[in-house]
Amino acid sequence: MLTIDNLKKHFGSVKAVDHVNLEIKEGEIVSIIGTNGAGKTTLVNLISGYIKPDSGRILFLDKDITYAPPYVRIKLGVGRSFQLIQLFSNSTVLDNVRIALFSKYGMIRRGLLPADRYSSVTDEAIKILDSFSMSDKKNLTPKGLSEGDLKILDIAIAFALKSKLLLLDEPTSGVATNDKFKVMDSIVKAIKKEGISTLIIEHDMDIVSGYSDRVIVMHEGKVIAEGKPNEVMENKEVKATVFGIVS
Amino acid sequence: MVKNPRWIVYSLIFIALLFIPRILSIHDLMLFEYGITFAIVGLGFNLLLGYTGLLSFGHGAYFATGAYTVAMIAKYLPQAYSLEILIPAALFFSLVLSIIFGFVCVRHTKIFFSILTLSLSMLLFALLFKLYHLTGGSDGLRVPLPTMFGMSFKGIRRPEFLSGTYYYFLLGMFSVSFLVMKGIVSSPFGKALQAVRDNEVRAELIGIRVRRYRLYAFIISGMFVGLGGALWTFVNGHVTADLSHWVFSGEIVYMTLLGGFGIFEGPIVGAIIFTYLKLYAMGNTQYWMFVIGGTLIVLVLLLPNGIAGAFAGLWTKIKK
Repeated sequence: MLTIDNLKKHFGSVKAVDHVNLEIKEGEIVSIIGTNGAGKTTLVNLISGYIKPDSGRILFLDKDITYAPPYVRIKLGVGRSFQLIQLFSNSTVLDNVRIALFSKYGMIRRGLLPADRYSSVTDEAIKILDSFSMSDKKNLTPKGLSEGDLKILDIAIAFALKSKLLLLDEPTSGVATNDKFKVMDSIVKAIKKEGISTLIIEHDMDIVSGYSDRVIVMHEGKVIAEGKPNEVMENKEVKATVFGIVS
Repeated sequence: MVKNPRWIVYSLIFIALLFIPRILSIHDLMLFEYGITFAIVGLGFNLLLGYTGLLSFGHGAYFATGAYTVAMIAKYLPQAYSLEILIPAALFFSLVLSIIFGFVCVRHTKIFFSILTLSLSMLLFALLFKLYHLTGGSDGLRVPLPTMFGMSFKGIRRPEFLSGTYYYFLLGMFSVSFLVMKGIVSSPFGKALQAVRDNEVRAELIGIRVRRYRLYAFIISGMFVGLGGALWTFVNGHVTADLSHWVFSGEIVYMTLLGGFGIFEGPIVGAIIFTYLKLYAMGNTQYWMFVIGGTLIVLVLLLPNGIAGAFAGLWTKIKK
């Protein structure tokens, strides 16, 4: 589904992403781990079109999207959430999701009838919120939500874009430890139901091993290991670079 | 629509407005008509400020475009000097100018956007001021009474024209502008503009082409302001280059802040109050600018949401 071929992005002397190759298959949940500065977020920014690479190729569903603007990638089915939550702060929870749906269906040029008149879009937004157990908060604005709910809403927006590939940048950062699994359960349940391929950046190893089919380890812009979660955790190089354990 | 009590209030206000010419003196009615034209301007301006998050200090340019379209047609094409031609012509020229200026301005935001809008409007000011053979320069141009759907107003004095047919024409134009803008801000398009205002990064990454939507908002806003400018000329009877000066653009900003840019009705309230405030301040003291400036300071410090915003806040508290 997603093929990354020799992708490179340097910021001056910093090799943020350095000749990375990777592949994500349909319906797969893949986690990327690595120390701070390993290049994980840069990689997600490159895939989502937020920044452009120096060289290399990104193929999505066999289409070259390396230099495609974000709206083209979204149309094709690449959605993302953010490490630092990005919401429409003055709109209700329902409207946050509805705006994404209007955009997905190419309806944002409709300028005379009130948004409420498009009841099928409203129903669909409520259904999405339902699948993330958030429909009871639909009339609140983001200011009235907990950190965990903000994260879920951020992901629900990406989900509303009918993404075939979801890029989740630290979906549990800032969430209280007790709530982390609750947040992940509700996200993964919705993702699995729709069979969406997912790339997760995560630091919490319990979450990585609990929810991923495959783990990719990055260090200083390069992929240093990949495989099933338990295999990767036992890798000596990973132990040394990521966990600081020298045996 | 009817289920919402807000629409009942709108309908009652509309009915009350129908009787205004019978209640107000001709002097106060003229002032009120100035207020209505500025209310249309405020509606347009606030699409950009309140709903898209862009502060323009150059909207006088589109007002001047609407006004000069009327005045130039009166001077150079008198056979076409009828309202049913003048209004579409004013809309067309403000559309053209806002496409050109907007294309340049929406590449930037915040202070850079404001400075660009100001500079471009001053460019138009310089043209209107210097091309005196065409535009009348500092003397401006006189605006006679137009014909309207075949009706001629020859021999009728301006106050009579303004208190009769024209008032109802103006009210009709305001009502249409109000309904169209209300539709725009609550539509999916309006929601997209608010998304751009609230979070540009997220808006881009849900597929909204941010710059393009800012340009759309700029153009619609410019056309509303141009319409306001065209309608204003018949009340004022005279146009000058000052309409494109940044001081006049500042007045548009002022009236929007006075009413409150966070609420749909705010700029309308602001426009009406500003018209009376300015005139009575000018009529009573040579230090009228001090009154306007002082009001702005009080407003920013005590009523940051404007007069309409303060009332809306109070109403919400009472309901709770």
